[in-house]
Amino acid sequence: MSKLYVARNPRVAARGIGGEMMIMSGRDSTLFTLNKTATILWQAADGATPLDEIVQQRICPEFEVQPTEALRDAETLARELAGHGILQVSEEPIPTGNPASGEPQGEKR
Amino acid sequence: MPELTTDVERLSLVIEIGGMPVRLNTTDPGFLDMLQNRYAGFLGESKPPEIEFDVDLTPPVFDQPAGEARVSHRMGRWSLQRGDFLAEWEPALRRGVIHQSANPYSIDAVLRIVHTLVLARQGGFLMHSASALRNGKAFLFAGVSGAGKTTISRLAPPDVTLLTDEISYVRKHDSGYVAYGTPFTGELAKLGENVSAPVAALFLLVQGPENRIDPVAPAEAARSMLANVLFFAKDEELVQATFHAAFEFVSRVPVSRLTFVPDTRVWELIG
Repeated sequence: MSKLYVARNPRVAARGIGGEMMIMSGRDSTLFTLNKTATILWQAADGATPLDEIVQQRICPEFEVQPTEALRDAETLARELAGHGILQVSEEPIPTGNPASGEPQGEKR
Repeated sequence: MPELTTDVERLSLVIEIGGMPVRLNTTDPGFLDMLQNRYAGFLGESKPPEIEFDVDLTPPVFDQPAGEARVSHRMGRWSLQRGDFLAEWEPALRRGVIHQSANPYSIDAVLRIVHTLVLARQGGFLMHSASALRNGKAFLFAGVSGAGKTTISRLAPPDVTLLTDEISYVRKHDSGYVAYGTPFTGELAKLGENVSAPVAALFLLVQGPENRIDPVAPAEAARSMLANVLFFAKDEELVQATFHAAFEFVSRVPVSRLTFVPDTRVWELIG
């Protein structure tokens, strides 16, 4: 099974406040409030750490869930967030630091 | 031989809202009169205009303002469009043109949008809220339609100066936030006073069985701010700027929930 990488979309605005992470889409001003799992995923989404490592190191200890089940849920969540333009998802490491050009990218292949 | 062309007299006035003068040029004396009445109290030339618009009056296309405004930015030029107006503005030149019929609603919408765009780059914003000045401090009252913005404005005692019953104007200064009076009216149809004061508090309005002030969690405060701040442009930079401005604001200004019964006693809690 191939690795999956996730990166924060640099074209959204994000702020943590009072223990909640809020994200606003730059393209249509939609506001998202992330739940605890999505917040962990967002914070760890550096484009270089594979999703299974994020799950193993950050999500499993927090929620006491089985790695296989947690990875499946995290993949679903990552693709959902990518669909909203919040995360980028790719089977290759995602270079960060340079804002992507063109429309926000939901998923890279 | 008769003259084929004649000089057209250019008429103009300066509307200064939030300390930002905007000059409007027209060739129609009737339209100028209408503007002078509509923006009385906000006219003046205390400093050179920051933006100058030529208003090109056209026959009405629609009976009334139609649809949502579309605001876009391309090649250094803003385009503002709604069913009843089309405006273009080049910030670098500080000039623009507005095509609309001779009505007050279109120019009002253009001014709101232009001020929103300018403020967004400076950490300020326009917000769906009433605001009022008391004892040298400004108080904002935000809420969805029907929450009581007009009611609380109408209940204000004589020592309260109304800044607006509909759209508050907030600028970021080094020392904090300052609210300005605006001519943007709601149901009260009464222009705000053209004065300003430091913002002391933002109240989220709820009508209820008693008058009460309750604290609001920071995240809820930020969400409420973002629900009430005016966004027009689908411009990523401006959306991000306004988003961060809202968080800055709630980190520096106390935000509370104001539950109130619709009578004047609610003002005993404010100021």
